[in-house]
Amino acid sequence: MRDNNRPNTTVPNTTVPNTTVPNNNAGASNGTQRRAQRANRTNQTNQTNQTNRTPIRTARVASHIVLALGAFFMVLPFIWQLLTSGKTLREATIVPPVIFPESWQWENFAKFFDQLPVGMLFTNSLASLVVRVIGQVLIASLAAYGLARLKFPGAKIVLGLFLMVLMVPPQMFIIPQYEVIRDLGWLNSVQALALPGIFSSFGMFILYQFMRSLPSELDEAAKLDGANPLQIYARIIMPLCAPAIAAVTIMTSLFAWNDLLWPMVVNTDPNRMTLSVGLATLQGAQSTDIPTLMAGSLLALLPMVIIFLLLQKQFIRGIAMSGSK
Amino acid sequence: MNNHLETNAAMAQARVSTPEAAQRNRRPRRLGDGLWVVAIMALPVLGLIVFYLWPLVRTIILSFSDGSPFIGYHLSGFESWSKVLHDPTLFTSLRNTLVYAVIVLLGVPIAMLIAVLLHQKGLRFRGFYRVLYFLPVVTMPAAVAMVWRYIYNGDFGLLNTFLGWFGIEGRAWVADPHTALVAVAIVGIWTSLGTNLVILAAGLEAIPAEVLEAARLDGAGSGKLFTKVIAPLMSPSVFLLSILSVIGSLQVFDLIFVMLGRTNPALGNTRSIVYFFYEEAFVRSDRPAGAVIALITLIVTGILTLIQFRLQKRWVHYA
Repeated sequence: MRDNNRPNTTVPNTTVPNTTVPNNNAGASNGTQRRAQRANRTNQTNQTNQTNRTPIRTARVASHIVLALGAFFMVLPFIWQLLTSGKTLREATIVPPVIFPESWQWENFAKFFDQLPVGMLFTNSLASLVVRVIGQVLIASLAAYGLARLKFPGAKIVLGLFLMVLMVPPQMFIIPQYEVIRDLGWLNSVQALALPGIFSSFGMFILYQFMRSLPSELDEAAKLDGANPLQIYARIIMPLCAPAIAAVTIMTSLFAWNDLLWPMVVNTDPNRMTLSVGLATLQGAQSTDIPTLMAGSLLALLPMVIIFLLLQKQFIRGIAMSGSK
Repeated sequence: MNNHLETNAAMAQARVSTPEAAQRNRRPRRLGDGLWVVAIMALPVLGLIVFYLWPLVRTIILSFSDGSPFIGYHLSGFESWSKVLHDPTLFTSLRNTLVYAVIVLLGVPIAMLIAVLLHQKGLRFRGFYRVLYFLPVVTMPAAVAMVWRYIYNGDFGLLNTFLGWFGIEGRAWVADPHTALVAVAIVGIWTSLGTNLVILAAGLEAIPAEVLEAARLDGAGSGKLFTKVIAPLMSPSVFLLSILSVIGSLQVFDLIFVMLGRTNPALGNTRSIVYFFYEEAFVRSDRPAGAVIALITLIVTGILTLIQFRLQKRWVHYA
């Protein structure tokens, strides 16, 4: 990669004219030329000899091969799941395997609905998700606003307690949380599924960080205009927090939809289970009917996948926000 | 009206700087704020106490208690502790969880390679790749565990077919005590890769373009550029990632629970600490034992995080 022809001064990439792309590949297509230009820009030096461009292009091709191969292995399980969900049991268990079902077996999906009260499970999952998300955003944003924008004695201690909870493994809370829900008489209910999650410190932490970065003049100006703290929260701070609220909403939805341990512990009535718990129970006796299992698991993960495909940027930002503590 | 008084008081305070005036004016304002603070913080703090702080205390008390869900619990000293600490299942499940965590950590270099490749300027299909790599992150573990169980199947699984092309004898990966844990951990790598990529991408974006260019102009090839420039500059985000990865791995439950089921012969070699917790606390309803296991999880998580922070001085470079 050593470039002996490098000029002493670097030319900024924006000023590299088209002519720096040598004309000796005059027969090349427009696309090739554009790619060559892009390779040139990537290197940020204006190379003029062909020998330097070729390794860059090979490197780019090699990267694409690695990335595409990796991506293929990432989606292969989903492709296999999708294809198998349409196969007969024989097609799913034959060796060597057949890739495509001879005719698509929709009854696998119907069988899944026979094995589980899917409509009910779906409703439970969705209801607990909605309650948990709304509750968490409300509670977390109130706490974050109080701790980030209001001054009161003991605020540091309260903040410390919220953060401590975030660092403790969830098992430390589960048994007593279960007892609290049981004592409230709420086992096998939607609120049982949603409740501890509503008060999770997770959303508070993300919103707290975001709110602290907003200029304090906002509150002061509003205060001079006669707004009370709750008005400042609702009219000024919350609208500015939209990106953080989106992140909390997305992450909380993911937690709620995919969670297994807590819903399994707290809702044991087959009609009150979530979709993920219902799926897990299928793993027992009837686990030999693979096409039905694939159809069911496909239906269970599809809603989140669709929402992800629609809101890719927000999902990725949500992970970035919650990951980079 | 009250607000106007407050505002006036604040303005008066700003103008009149005599100490007496300031004191006289501050008191009512603080009281007003105090009521608002109570109104705003009451519900979140109540929830924090009921669902997190009290449970923390309760779990500690439970771990030193004896009894059953029906007759209630009373303090009894270290009985449950000694029972759990003498249970060989505790140590096998701790060992399994640690092995799992280490294998999943091997996913970090893979994530780093992919992240660097994805970061190249002007790369085509970047958004497309990102979506594909991120897909497992958003999918329900209970659902993907089923798919993987099918792929790992000893009789008709896709993996054995694939290995067969290379003349490698397959096996029942998930039912075999020798391979079950590794099989599950590979799924762990697969599910976490997307998250890892996002965190590493943030680290890569933080590297100034001038630094990379300077290194290139000094004649660094891509290999050297990576080992001498990119890797050290990324080390803080790799460190963050390894902390998060280990903490997450210690929580592994769904994948093992669904991939293995409750009667799998390989369960002994695969059972994670959270799985053990679930069995004791909710299948056998031995809450004190569950509380002890929860506390042991807390201690182990703390120690492992501490060790990583100690080790970081050796390899993490803060610019």
